[in-house]
Amino acid sequence: MEVRDANAAMLSNYEVYQLLTDLKEKRKEMVKNKHSTGQQNLNTIMYETLKYLSKTPCAHQNPDTVKEFLTAMLPHKLTKAEKLQLFNHRPQTAVEIQLMVEESEERLTEEQIDELIQKVTDVLPGDPQKAGTMVLTENIRLDLPSRTLLKLQAKA
Amino acid sequence: MFVLVEMVDTVRIPPWSFHRQLNDAIAEELNKKLANKVVYNVGLCICLYDITKLEDSYIFPGDGASHTKVHFRYVVFHPFLDEILVGKIKGCSAEGVHVSLGFFDDIIIPPESLQQPTKFDEAEQVWMWEYETDEGAHDLYMDQGEEIRFRVVDEVFIDTSPSGPSAKKEGPSAAATAPPAGAEDSAQQKEAPYTLIGSVSEPGLGLLSWWNS
Repeated sequence: MEVRDANAAMLSNYEVYQLLTDLKEKRKEMVKNKHSTGQQNLNTIMYETLKYLSKTPCAHQNPDTVKEFLTAMLPHKLTKAEKLQLFNHRPQTAVEIQLMVEESEERLTEEQIDELIQKVTDVLPGDPQKAGTMVLTENIRLDLPSRTLLKLQAKA
Repeated sequence: MFVLVEMVDTVRIPPWSFHRQLNDAIAEELNKKLANKVVYNVGLCICLYDITKLEDSYIFPGDGASHTKVHFRYVVFHPFLDEILVGKIKGCSAEGVHVSLGFFDDIIIPPESLQQPTKFDEAEQVWMWEYETDEGAHDLYMDQGEEIRFRVVDEVFIDTSPSGPSAKKEGPSAAATAPPAGAEDSAQQKEAPYTLIGSVSEPGLGLLSWWNS
């Protein structure tokens, strides 16, 4: 076996999620394959990867999201890797943006970071359940035991 | 997190599968060979993406099966350096915090890459971050099952292909050392072929519950 190109293209979580769900549908139709021992590895990795990806933001995305996101990111001049990370993680705070964008203090002002967060929240669909309960948790989250922390101010 | 890898391989289709569509038979063989396996210096293979080219199939004398050279692309888990990932804490040990992604388990965050200052609590076998604010010191435990955000700082590929008979030749000459040699072999067999080294030493990294505002 020969590896021609170990890095031919980067895939977003969404693309892998789509591929695996389509593969699962196809395999459901061909029932006899599932039970042959040779396919056990494929079943395991498909199940585990789908389980992991279904808990990430990519489970709520669709093909139009990709195009909208890339057009929205054009004016910010981010590298491919940075855009991919923003797309996969859907950051909600400035701290997360600073982690994913290299040298963000030099390249982005605070307003640009806020603009990025706003664009990401608007263009990328979030978890519909979480959006509804956000107001509720903010009111409750007042006195927590010392094992969890309330708020950590990121040093900019 | 995932990359597309172009590969070439010769796929053997046994005669009892000749009734199937060649593409399907080849896809199944490739998945059987590569899915959930680590390829040295490439990553953990997930599933076949597509077949780009099929060359002519040949039947060789003595073997009734057909052999086809296939050019294909495979989806491989191979995070790039400095990528941010979110996983679950599998457990803590003196070597560091073990994190798992469900489909990939061998991620370790060594003690020096944890938020400083962090101490290992021997009684509960858990790492905890001693976070100091004006109000006092908070002990933040890195409990099992918690979601953790970390940065990939290094990857280690180990070639786990069988080493051959030369390692076991010392058995007859020194019988006393034979049992330790046997134990070493079994310990070596447990080496993960692909390990990721992570770090949580930056603001924003660590348990998700620490930074949710």
